[in-house]
Amino acid sequence: MSDISRRKLITTGLAVTAGVAGLATASRAVLRCGLIPPDSGGIYGPGETLTYAAQRLLTRHSLAREFPRRMISKAPFANAIAPPSEAFKRHQAVGFSDWRLSVDGMVAHPTSFSLSDLKSLPIHNQITEVACEEGWSYIAEWIGTPLVNVLNAVGVLPQARFIVYFSIEPDWWESIDMADALHPQTFLTLGMNDGDLPVSFGGPLRLRVPRQLGYKSVKYITRIAATDSLKRFGKGLGSASPEAGYAWYAGI
Amino acid sequence: MPAPSSAPIPVTPRHTALVRVTHWITVISFFALLITGAEIVISHPRFYWGEVGNSGTAPLFKIPIPASRDTVPTGYSYVMPDQNGWSRYLHFEAAWVLVLTGLVYGTAGLWTAHFWKNLVPPPADRRLRAFREVFARYLRRASPDETESHSYNVVQRTAYLSVIFVLFPLVIWTGLALSPAFDSAMPAAVNVLGGRQSARTLHFFVSGLLVFFLVVHITMIVLAGFWRRMSAMITGHVAAPSEPK
Repeated sequence: MSDISRRKLITTGLAVTAGVAGLATASRAVLRCGLIPPDSGGIYGPGETLTYAAQRLLTRHSLAREFPRRMISKAPFANAIAPPSEAFKRHQAVGFSDWRLSVDGMVAHPTSFSLSDLKSLPIHNQITEVACEEGWSYIAEWIGTPLVNVLNAVGVLPQARFIVYFSIEPDWWESIDMADALHPQTFLTLGMNDGDLPVSFGGPLRLRVPRQLGYKSVKYITRIAATDSLKRFGKGLGSASPEAGYAWYAGI
Repeated sequence: MPAPSSAPIPVTPRHTALVRVTHWITVISFFALLITGAEIVISHPRFYWGEVGNSGTAPLFKIPIPASRDTVPTGYSYVMPDQNGWSRYLHFEAAWVLVLTGLVYGTAGLWTAHFWKNLVPPPADRRLRAFREVFARYLRRASPDETESHSYNVVQRTAYLSVIFVLFPLVIWTGLALSPAFDSAMPAAVNVLGGRQSARTLHFFVSGLLVFFLVVHITMIVLAGFWRRMSAMITGHVAAPSEPK
């Protein structure tokens, strides 16, 4: 055996061993950490899985950028797409005094919150950017209670892996993993720029997920559910977005 | 004394298998990125500078086309069909293919001294005169001499090095800076570019420079002899020069 082919053999052997070991380690890490998104099937699945897994490993606890007050946009863009439904208008007519947020699923104490119940929880504010998948963006101050406060109040069970949230508008729902659900900047938002949250921006209640694109921040929230599997919701792809052809994970 | 070996000189391929495979994977992923990137731009064909920008703020410039969203003031009453869902899925998947291929190519290129041997201009060529001579030949429309079937001239080397080490890293960086989650882990990635909208505008312009390179690259290949250059990048071997007619 010549030197060249022996060297080739050793190099190839080492490369194959390293590759197999690397794949084994990666698949163990993926299984342990839940690094596979619910829309991982199909031809775009590998790309989505790589993005979600890489960003989860990199960004589990990182905070979205916050901005100084002078950078708050004077012209925030409401992106009001559809007129509100009749159900919404009935609540609007009484000033949202009867608005309820029900929290159910894998929780110890399923609870229904009024807006004043939510306001009695610790209220925080953040000046963060809304970035739409289309490309535009604006900065606003968002006032609300971190979602984690509500999850603690109802006692989310340890086996819960996702939080699903629903708008009063039909077919408008999303879900996030626990890393985003427990994240201190994920707000049940009640106010914007020192006032109530305007209807066009999601008032009276919007779930803001500032580390993901705008479409994950669903407006007019009435229900939150904790679950260990997204298979039970809709078509099982995680949210309404993949059903409409858009990625479930929007941290990009 | 043994007689001098009469064995044929070993035929080294013009392009190694690694260069050929990574080249064509890059071609496929680049086209996927280009088409889907254009589709994404159509949903908001306005560009801004700084951190924020939207339909209510003044753009740096607009592309005068209809948009795929009725919330964008374009001056057209026509709204294009929304293609963003699959475009975004494919854009990011193709970006992964491009980045991973680039990592393999870059690592192998350093390991095998490919960059040093084939792309870094030799010392004698590192002067303006060498560039001028090549451009003068191009402008005379002189056909490339036979050495250029087997090696790159200084202008080619500079162009390829710029694409590999400047434009592709820049387009990946400006693209990553558009990810709110990535920015949460590495805020400097977007802040040093001047903000989110600056990053988006730069991403657009760097993509434009890559398209400019692509157009010149293909033009030069056509002028130099399309099938000979193509077969070198596909089979690895330079076909015999055709007889002048």
